[in-house]
Amino acid sequence: MKRMANFVVIGHVDHGKSTLMGRLLCDMKVVDQRSLEKLRKEAGNIGKSSFALAWVMDQTREERSRGVTVDVATNHFETERTRFTILDAPGHRDFIPNMIAGASQADFAVLVIDASTNSFESGLKGQTKEHALLVRSMGVQRIVVAVNKMDTVSWSEERFKDISLQMSTFLTTTSFQAKNITFIPLAGLTGENVTKKVTDPKAKWYTGQTLVEALDTSEIAKRDVKKPLRLTINDVFRGGITNPVSISGRIQAGSVQIGDIILAMPSNETAAIKAIEVENEPVDWAVAGQIPTLHLADIDPVHLRSGDVACDPKNPIKLIKTFTSKILAFEHVLPMSVEVFRGRLQAEGKLKKLVATLNKTSGEIMKNKPRIVKPGEVARVVVELDRELPLEPGTRVVLREGGNTIAAGLLEAN
Amino acid sequence: MRLLKSQIDQKHGSGFATFLPEEPEDMWHAYNLIQPTDLIRAKALRRVQKTSDSGSVSSERVKIDLTIAVTSTDFDIGSGQLHVAGRVAVENEYVKLGGHHTLDLELNRRFTLEKVDGWDSVALEMLKEACDTQRKAELWAVVMGEGIANICLITEHQTILRQRVEVAVPRKRRGGIDGHDKGMEKFFWTTLSTLLRQMDLSSAAASTQPEKTVPLLIASPGFVATSFLAYIKAEATRTTNKPLLALLPTILVAHSSSPHVHSLAEVLASSVITTKLSDTKYARETALMDKFNTYIRLDDGRAWYGPREVERAVEKGAVGRGGGVLLISNALFRANDVVERKRWVGLVDRVRDVEGGEVRVLSSLHESGQRLEALGNVAAILTFPLEDLDEEDDEEEEVAEAPVVEEEDMII
Repeated sequence: MKRMANFVVIGHVDHGKSTLMGRLLCDMKVVDQRSLEKLRKEAGNIGKSSFALAWVMDQTREERSRGVTVDVATNHFETERTRFTILDAPGHRDFIPNMIAGASQADFAVLVIDASTNSFESGLKGQTKEHALLVRSMGVQRIVVAVNKMDTVSWSEERFKDISLQMSTFLTTTSFQAKNITFIPLAGLTGENVTKKVTDPKAKWYTGQTLVEALDTSEIAKRDVKKPLRLTINDVFRGGITNPVSISGRIQAGSVQIGDIILAMPSNETAAIKAIEVENEPVDWAVAGQIPTLHLADIDPVHLRSGDVACDPKNPIKLIKTFTSKILAFEHVLPMSVEVFRGRLQAEGKLKKLVATLNKTSGEIMKNKPRIVKPGEVARVVVELDRELPLEPGTRVVLREGGNTIAAGLLEAN
Repeated sequence: MRLLKSQIDQKHGSGFATFLPEEPEDMWHAYNLIQPTDLIRAKALRRVQKTSDSGSVSSERVKIDLTIAVTSTDFDIGSGQLHVAGRVAVENEYVKLGGHHTLDLELNRRFTLEKVDGWDSVALEMLKEACDTQRKAELWAVVMGEGIANICLITEHQTILRQRVEVAVPRKRRGGIDGHDKGMEKFFWTTLSTLLRQMDLSSAAASTQPEKTVPLLIASPGFVATSFLAYIKAEATRTTNKPLLALLPTILVAHSSSPHVHSLAEVLASSVITTKLSDTKYARETALMDKFNTYIRLDDGRAWYGPREVERAVEKGAVGRGGGVLLISNALFRANDVVERKRWVGLVDRVRDVEGGEVRVLSSLHESGQRLEALGNVAAILTFPLEDLDEEDDEEEEVAEAPVVEEEDMII
C-alpha cells in the first residue's frame, strides 16, 4: 500500500495558498480541464479571473465573493509514492481558529510566501510568522517553504536568497531543524516548479526540486496505531439520505473498522460505525494518520459537536476542568482569560496560576511564581476551563487572547 | 434605586437608609450594599403555624414587617433576584427572636438597611452610585461566530450573558456546500428569534417610552456579523416586523477576535463603540485595565497585582499623588468575613485619603472586573518603580546559562 500523508498549507492572507493548491490539483489531473474552464468563466463574470484556480478550493459563496479562504478545504491527490491530503488553511487573521483546526490534522506544512516587493515584508509582520510558530507548536516538524509569485520578480535569485535567509533564521529560532526546511521558488498562477520544472531562462540558477518532489521526499512522523482510539471530530454533517449522521476528523491514535462501537466525549454517548470513507472512497478500516469520514448509527447528532473526541469505549478519554501545562510564550502572559484551542475544539478558560518559569532545554525551574512570563520564555502554568473537556496529558494546545496567539502548550500529567 | 430616607451620621457612619429598587440593575447594587451582620427590614410573607388549645394545627401565611440580621446573600445574575438569609432581630407576635428567615427582595418593594458597624467609606460610595438617577447606558450585544452566539445585556454595572446559542453548522466539504449554507441559515434564524425573545421588542414598543430603544451591537470575527445584519434586514422587511424595523438603525457592527463573551472587552474598547458609549463606567474601566497591562508588559516595576504585593506597595507610599491608581474588584467588599472587608476598606481609605491616589472599584460582573479577578482582584499602578515586592524567602534563583537551542529539541 502507498504511504499516506496530510499536509497543511499556511501563510499570510493573499499570498496565494489556495491558488497554488488549485494549480497543483489541475496539474495532477484531479480537477479536469472542463471544470477549470467553468470556474474561469464564473470568475471572469464577476471580474476576478485570477481567482479561478483558488475557487477549486474556495467553494462557499462568502469565500468567492470576498476572495479569501474562510475555512479549511480538503482535497486529495497522489503521486507514484504517496497519497496526499491537502488541508488548505485560511490566511486571514480572523480565521486562525480554522487554520489551527487544519494544522492539527497535518503531518507537515507548506508555508507559502509572496516574493513580490513589500508583500513578503508585510507577511512577516502578519501571519507568516504566527502560522509557522503555530504549526511548530502543534508538533509539525517538517516545513516546505514555497516562495510564490517568483514570476512577478522575474525569477530574481537575489530575492529568493534574501527571503530564504530571513526565513531560515526565523524558522531555526522557532526550533525547526535546518534539515527539515526546504525552500522552493515557484509561481502558483502559471504553475512553474509546482509539478514541472521551471522553463523560464531567467530561472536557470535553480536546479532543485519542484514542490511535488519536495512533498514526495518528506518523511512523515511515526503513528500511534497500537494505542487506543482517539479521533478529534472536525465536522459533523449529514452524509446523505442513507447516512444521516456522519463525522470526519483525523485519527490521532488507534484504528477503526466497520462495526466498531465508538464513544463520543464529552457527551458520553456511544455510536456504531456503519461505514467508513477515506478520500471519498469506501473502505473497511482506517488507521492513525488518516482523515476518514465515519458514517454512524445509533446516535443523535445533538451529541456530536466539532471539537469532541471519539474514543475507544474501553479506554475512554477523561474529562478534565483544570490542567497543568508547559507553555512557550509568544506574548506577555499574565493570569488572564484565554481561549484554549485543540484542533477544532475552542473553549473559554482562565489562566489561573503561573507556577514557574523553566529552562528551555533542560526543563529545570528557573523562577517560582513569576509575576509575568515574557515572550520566548517557557513556563509551567495552570489553566482552568469553563466547562469540562476531553483532554489528556501529551495533548498540544494553543492559548489565544484578543485575536493573538499568546502561547503554545503541552499538557502535563496531573 | 431611589433613596427614600437616610439617617446616616456623617462622623461615625452609624444609621440607616431606606431604598426603593426600581430597575433590575438595582438588585445588583443592593447585593453589593448588603453585608453579613447588617440589619435589613422589609415586608415578608411567612407561613405561621398555630396550635390551638384543642391541639389542631392551622397554618396561615401572614404579611409582616421583618427585621433580620443578615447571615448570607445570594444573587442570581440571570434573573436579577436577590435572596437575603438571616436571623430575626426584632421579635413580633408571629416570629421569635433568632428564627431563620430568607427575604426575597423585589422590585418596587422598599427595604431599610442598617449597618451595625456603621457605614464605611466604600459603602457610602456604593450608596451614592446606586442612587445616581442619571439615565444609564444600556446595550444589547451579540458576540458570534459560525454556529455560536452569545447574547448579552450590558448595563452600567454588569454584563449579563442572557443566552448562548449553539447550532451545529457543517463545514464546507467537497460537493456539499448546501449543508454549510443551510446550517448558517438555521443558525441565523435561531439566533434572531432567541434575541427577539430576549429583547422583548413588542412590549418595549408598547410601553410609553418610545425613545428608549436600546441599541444593539453585533460583533464577530470575519464576516458573520455583517451577514447576520443582512439577514436581520431581510427578515425585517419580509415579515414587516415594525419593532424590528425600528431597531435597524441602532444596530452597530463591530469586529471581535473571537465568538466568546470576554472579547466584548476589546469590542467596547474599539473606537467605533467608545464614541457611542463614551461615558460608561465600562469604557473607563477597560481603559484603565489596558493601561495596567501596558505597564506590566514594560516590566519596569510600576505595575503590580495580587493582594500582598499591592498592600506592600501602598505601605511604601507608591500608590499616591501623581498617577497612583488602585484597581480593586467589588467582589472583595462582598467578603463574608468582616475582618477581610475591613482590610480592603482600610486600603482604599489609605490610598484615597492619606496617599492621595486614585481608587477605582471595578464591577466583578464586567469584563474588566473579570480580568482583574484573574489577577487576584486587586492591582495597582505605582508612581515610582518598586522591585521584588513578590520576593519570598527563596533566593536561589539561578542565573540561566544562555539556552543552547541547536539540534536539540525544545521541551515543548
